[in-house]
Amino acid sequence: MWDYSDKVKEHFFNPKNAGAVAEANATGEVGSISCGDALRLTLKVDDDTEVILEAGFQTFGCGSAIASSSVLTEMIIGMTIDDALKITNQDIAGQLEGLPPEKMHCSVMGREALQAAIANYRGEVWKDDHEEGALICKCFAIDAVMIEEMVWANKLRTVEDVTNFTKAGGGCASCHEDIEAILEKVLAEKGEKFDPTVAPAAQPEKIAAVKAPLTNLQRIKKIEEVLESLRPSLLADGGDVELVEVIGNTAYVNMTGACNGCQMAAMTISGIQQRLMEVMGEFIKVVPASEMSKLTQVEVA
Amino acid sequence: MADIYLDNNATTKVDHEVVDVMIPYFLEQYGNPSSIHKFADGVARGLKHARQQVQALIGCEHDSEIIFTSCGTESNSTALLSAIKAQPNKKEIITTTVEHPAILTLCEHLEKEGYTIHRLPVDKAGRLNIESYKKLLSDQVAIVSVMWANNETGTIFPVAEMAELAHAAGVMFHTDAVQAVGKIPMMLQDTKIDMLSLSGHKLHAPKGIGVLYLRRGTRYRPLLRGGHQERGRRAGTENSASIVGLGKACELALNYIEYENTTVKEMRDRLEKGITESIPHCFVTGDLYNRLPNTTDIAFEYIEGESILMLLNKAGIAASSGSACTSGSLEPSHVMRAMDIPYTAAHGTIRFSFSRYNTMAEVDEVLKVMPGIVATLRKLSPYWDGDGPVANPEQAFAPTYA
Repeated sequence: MWDYSDKVKEHFFNPKNAGAVAEANATGEVGSISCGDALRLTLKVDDDTEVILEAGFQTFGCGSAIASSSVLTEMIIGMTIDDALKITNQDIAGQLEGLPPEKMHCSVMGREALQAAIANYRGEVWKDDHEEGALICKCFAIDAVMIEEMVWANKLRTVEDVTNFTKAGGGCASCHEDIEAILEKVLAEKGEKFDPTVAPAAQPEKIAAVKAPLTNLQRIKKIEEVLESLRPSLLADGGDVELVEVIGNTAYVNMTGACNGCQMAAMTISGIQQRLMEVMGEFIKVVPASEMSKLTQVEVA
Repeated sequence: MADIYLDNNATTKVDHEVVDVMIPYFLEQYGNPSSIHKFADGVARGLKHARQQVQALIGCEHDSEIIFTSCGTESNSTALLSAIKAQPNKKEIITTTVEHPAILTLCEHLEKEGYTIHRLPVDKAGRLNIESYKKLLSDQVAIVSVMWANNETGTIFPVAEMAELAHAAGVMFHTDAVQAVGKIPMMLQDTKIDMLSLSGHKLHAPKGIGVLYLRRGTRYRPLLRGGHQERGRRAGTENSASIVGLGKACELALNYIEYENTTVKEMRDRLEKGITESIPHCFVTGDLYNRLPNTTDIAFEYIEGESILMLLNKAGIAASSGSACTSGSLEPSHVMRAMDIPYTAAHGTIRFSFSRYNTMAEVDEVLKVMPGIVATLRKLSPYWDGDGPVANPEQAFAPTYA
């Protein structure tokens, strides 16, 4: 069984605003082909103020699809449609205290139903702007379509390239076989052959492998370099990382911004650790800086 | 009422008698069966006895035809990989579209390595077409692998007949019988089945123990090479406690096989009849006249399986579903798709699978809560309006699919 948050369960067992709004003037109907779930969202919008007065949902889908629909209606009632359009699927998942990576598409479906309903209110035709594929990387919720597009667009050739550009495969690494299969397929379409031994093509600045053991100063500099190279992808998600201290082979970091308290933070840290070890060619342990206090206490004692 | 477990095709409770015979192999007779001392002197006898208990349940000619493995999946992989290694010139495999992933995923992998995989389709009742099977048999085929009974619908396949046809064409025949063993009687020595997989945890033995039946004289290549265990056919120190447990479980299964096909079947039939009579727009999937006695798979139209399971779980009832969302994959069950069950029904399939531990009182309890659960979810469904589905559901609600 999925590890659903209490909030998801609450909205599933006692859904809010179920059913169609009686005198709706906005309707959005969307489905997620990937799992067969579908949702109809009906709204009653005040024509003068453009405030959403009522919202109702009808959902054919699993527990998290029903919970996403329910929480969405709660979020948007009382909002203007312009403000409602700013809601992202992350906001919906956040209101539910998180969704399992396999279930994030349920929150995407909620956001799309909202966009479709507002387009319907404005007399526009809503067009879906993304395609969804099989989930490949469960650590960072990256699907096959996304990886394929990035491989095409950026001439990626190795698993490492894919991880650098999409984060896919940067966590537990168990999807590397699937990523290789995608590379094989796309490269074959381009008339090339996948070669796992080829040097990463797209790595912007290649950091030379270090043969001799590092001094502590060298180690700190290297760690800073690697964190710098990872920073853009963290910033893209609204997060950041800060190096606090290095003791021996252990690097203490602070996850800040959206990374702070994110349920993926542990995954991100292990991704950083893996990257550090790959680049530096030695064992590095990455630990949240909050663990340092325990260390000091031990030393004092 | 205590919680009700109706998910016995997924796995079963270990029988208390099975646990009892296992304990001494953890605490007293824990020696390596290959050792010469008193900590091990009873183990070889225990293993021999277990082998005979398995032999009696599946009706094979010799107890040496039983190879203990770690699970059904290992048995399946061993069987297929052995067949292709032993016959390197044969590059085709025949199987079905509704096999367990333990066969299908392996076949997909072999396909990438250049093997041709013939996947027999099924009709809307989940049945195979024997005529098209006959046409595929040739000297190019290394092995046929067809499940004895389907895990989702319980549909039984004519494996004895198919094995005869394969044998006549000089082709090896394997059956994944993990769902069938212990639920229906079998007498392997009267068939031409060359290999059979079974799994302990489906018949009240622990998880992590399985068997590959290998007919004497069948050409064979081990998956695991190493020590001399299992006569060199499966290296690795014997899981003696689990083997002895599996033996006991097989003995019990044989004793209960009539009970399974009378009392257990009556419970299943009563649940199925009660649900289909009291709930509109639901239907039983699979071959109703040729099924395991313990399994029913019911499609509830216009609602989704995981939602049903969550409400059942809240009511203390355990079952499983063929919906996409429960598996973490992105598709509804491949078995439902193979039977051409419409999307709006395939997502709402619930499998109830019984064991000898279930009771009629439990059936009545499920019948009491099920109509309410289905009605609750249909109230939320865009395909449903009041007391019935909306007119022309597929046209009335046609979402934009992403």
